[in-house]
Amino acid sequence: MEHIVIIGNGISGVTAARHIRKNSDHKITIVSAETKYFFSRTALMYVYMGHMKFEHTQPYENWFWEKNRISLKEGFVAKVNTDKKQLDFTNGETLSFDRLIIATGSKSNKFGWPGQDLEGTLGMYHKQDLEKLEKYAPDNKTCNRAVIVGGGLIGIELAEMLRSRKIPVTFLVREDSFWNGVLPAQESAMINEHIKEHHIDLRLSTNLKEIKSDENGRVKSIIIEETGEEIPCNVVGLTAGVTPNIDFLKESGIKLGRGVKVNRFLETNIPNIYAIGDCAEQHEAIGQRRNIEAVWYTGRMMGETLAQTICGNKTAYKPGHWFNSAKFLDIEYQTYGWVFSERGKQENEAYFQWQHPTDNKCITISFDKNTKKFLGINTFGIRMRHEVFDKWLTENKSVEYVLEFLADANFDPEFFKLHEAEIVAKFNQENNTNIQLKKKSWKRIFSI
Amino acid sequence: MKLIKQTGLITFLLGLTFFIGTIFTGSFNLTQPELDTFIKEKGYKSEIIKDELSKAIVTDEALNIFQFSSRVINAYETSNNHYDALIAKYDSEKNWDAKGKQFQYKISGKPHSISFELAKKSGKGFAADNTGWAWFLTFGLGIIGALMFIVPDIILLGKPGIKNDGIFLSAVTNRGWIGWFTFIFLVTFYILLYFYPDFIVNWVYLVDPISKSLSGNPSGQWFLYGFLYCTVMTVMAVRMYIKYRHNKYQILRTTSVLFFQIVFAFLIPEILVRFQMPWYDFKNAFPLDYDFFFRWNLEELLASGAFGLFILVWGVVLTIVVVPVMVYFFGKRWYCSWVCGCGGLAETLGDPYRQNSSKTLLSWRVERIVIHSVLVFVLVMTGFALYTFFTQESQVLGIKTQTIQDIYGFLIGAIFAGVIGTGFYPIFGNRVWCRFGCPLAAYLGFVQRFKSRFRITTNGGQCISCGNCSTYCEQGIDVRAYAQKGENIVRSSCVGCGICSAVCPRGVLKLENGPEEGRINPTEILLGNDVDLMDLMNKK
Repeated sequence: MEHIVIIGNGISGVTAARHIRKNSDHKITIVSAETKYFFSRTALMYVYMGHMKFEHTQPYENWFWEKNRISLKEGFVAKVNTDKKQLDFTNGETLSFDRLIIATGSKSNKFGWPGQDLEGTLGMYHKQDLEKLEKYAPDNKTCNRAVIVGGGLIGIELAEMLRSRKIPVTFLVREDSFWNGVLPAQESAMINEHIKEHHIDLRLSTNLKEIKSDENGRVKSIIIEETGEEIPCNVVGLTAGVTPNIDFLKESGIKLGRGVKVNRFLETNIPNIYAIGDCAEQHEAIGQRRNIEAVWYTGRMMGETLAQTICGNKTAYKPGHWFNSAKFLDIEYQTYGWVFSERGKQENEAYFQWQHPTDNKCITISFDKNTKKFLGINTFGIRMRHEVFDKWLTENKSVEYVLEFLADANFDPEFFKLHEAEIVAKFNQENNTNIQLKKKSWKRIFSI
Repeated sequence: MKLIKQTGLITFLLGLTFFIGTIFTGSFNLTQPELDTFIKEKGYKSEIIKDELSKAIVTDEALNIFQFSSRVINAYETSNNHYDALIAKYDSEKNWDAKGKQFQYKISGKPHSISFELAKKSGKGFAADNTGWAWFLTFGLGIIGALMFIVPDIILLGKPGIKNDGIFLSAVTNRGWIGWFTFIFLVTFYILLYFYPDFIVNWVYLVDPISKSLSGNPSGQWFLYGFLYCTVMTVMAVRMYIKYRHNKYQILRTTSVLFFQIVFAFLIPEILVRFQMPWYDFKNAFPLDYDFFFRWNLEELLASGAFGLFILVWGVVLTIVVVPVMVYFFGKRWYCSWVCGCGGLAETLGDPYRQNSSKTLLSWRVERIVIHSVLVFVLVMTGFALYTFFTQESQVLGIKTQTIQDIYGFLIGAIFAGVIGTGFYPIFGNRVWCRFGCPLAAYLGFVQRFKSRFRITTNGGQCISCGNCSTYCEQGIDVRAYAQKGENIVRSSCVGCGICSAVCPRGVLKLENGPEEGRINPTEILLGNDVDLMDLMNKK
């Protein structure tokens, strides 16, 4: 029985702990300075919006940990002593380990903006960020306006949160269209419109120059780089991406890049020390993935994988087909396989796109121009079945096949309006094909 | 818009105040001829009751309902006590003949129900004499106010989509002081309705004209309840339509429960009465309809000729054929969320409170014990009732069938289904009855769990464990516990309301009637990892 210590109680660390417990009798300790119990970070926004209480974001009841013999330790790790196999905490305590899993996640990026550490600035990642938000922006009397810097998923979530309490929001986005480094132009444009419909003051192609302080060291306003315009505000959300949260490892001898360098087995350069989740950095990218993937799902998968290795079943991290999802205010987004934005489009990649004339629904299917191989799909406002696309990607189906059997892939609730016929008709028209849409078949769906 | 909303709230509260205030209005007393007619109709043999009632309520005094009720009950007690004393006396004298004769003079029935009957004949004042105006000031203002409060949400809620903003910040929906007041109001309402109907006789006057136009009879407390039920459901259905206007499943489901409540539970039975047929709700399946096999019901049905026989056959077929077959194809939701009246109220009036249902493991354990106990109780009771019916004996194994029926009616029919079932909405969530008490739900649940095509499908590995699904599950199912493992949700308690699917921000959940095979799918490794890993897992 070894003592496995996990730093970080996010989805990666907790998944690892749960699967280690499932498969072994090791002693497990999870260390966290953020909260005692695991909670779902992705749900923090709903606490502020009043959809849930904090306790609802905890997937396990508080007795779960003791019952499953997973010790929880609250504390902030100052240093990892790799020689003595010991953690040194900021309060002087120590904890020794046989194996260490680093799962410390990310922190919000700050790019050296003047005033970026003033009171009233915050990211939207940690529970403490939420507490800050409750302090500085409990309502639109205390916070007359908030400015959000950075046009990604967290930025738009923060905007949605603030709008739920009727706080005016100015949203500064560096790109000339929201998230267009990731999304095709059609989708990006639709989201731009949707953001504006929610009375969010969206400023595209706009950068932050500085954050100005009042006499008490609190945020007073921001200055826009391009125009020099000053926007008075009480809160500044800094949501221009995240970086691995690994400062405490600098003198540990663990090899670091932007994150903790790991091989395919999620091992660091030091034996028995591993890193998973947002803070892990692959030496070489896996397929078309980035070296660091700050994505909830990959964190979970790394936790599952590493638990196998630790329990004696040495397993490489081999994520399957890429998938992800998000929600932009009222528009749900799912993606399976690879759809690159126009900016990142591969040479062989072609789009087929469809958009609903009035509703916020659209899809982009990307396929190989030459071979017609299906590469990936983005859907907005239409839910799709994960298993089906996973199978189609594995079997290298053609784009024609995908369209023919598109009905199998729909995952919208019953009685919702289906659009497969319109989608296929548009494809036929654009590509001079004669694809006949097949009716949904349970047999095909379940022959996975 | 906000102004309309606020005006609406004030109007509603005004209507509610008038409604509550109505109880205390009016005066109650009878003239001697009226009393004589009543006693004659009732066929009382007691010689004392006439005097006692005359003394008590044939008066020029303007008695309010509480004085009236206590006087009437006193009169009955005095009369019954008198004969009880005689019975005791003859008993000690071993004068069996005389003792036996006394029993015919005793008056049976619930005191507050008799008091209600008398009050209904004798009331004067605001509600009884100006029914139209009184209806407008209570029901009318209430409905108008509520709609003014609800309808502006079309604009105020913003774009269509899930808008649960502020639910846990509001004193109404987060067990705050308004929630507790609502709880007290609802519990009090049910206690009055079930146990002190005479106290709310003024409310019954309000719906007299409606009752007369439907069934031809004056209204009783249960007509009032039926009318109120339909009104509340209709108004709150408007709220559902607005809140979930982007979600066709919710709109159709709401329309369906509303239709079945108004047409099947309210209009058809009342119209049947007009045609001198038995009052019967064709969708109310045994064992939720627990008195279906009671002697009085069977006798009434058998006495109603071919139509009564049809009802009898339909009731049996509904329970043993229609219910399991429908559950096999669609899950228990076809009943609980599309047809049932209890479900209908829970899904409309109760929707704002759905997040208050407990999701702990402990409550799940309690739930399974309690709901199955009620099912056993109702089955044993029905066994007793049928045995009694066919053998014409009044007891089984020394236990009186009537006693068992009374206990069930009081504990389950009134306290659980009514007082707790609806009264506790604001505190314990909107499906307290359906979740912990309903014997039909337990029966449907067995079929759903073991032999059905219904499940909630989890979409591969897309769950982010956010917890919206579990939070908004009215049945207290920890949906997330399954979804984050990539497992389908197959649980006997799921009523298929579809809200988990609606509130999921990642499109992970879908209510489906798929093939039975693969319906239950425990997963070791979630989708997303490479297949090799699954092979390794399988080899282990």
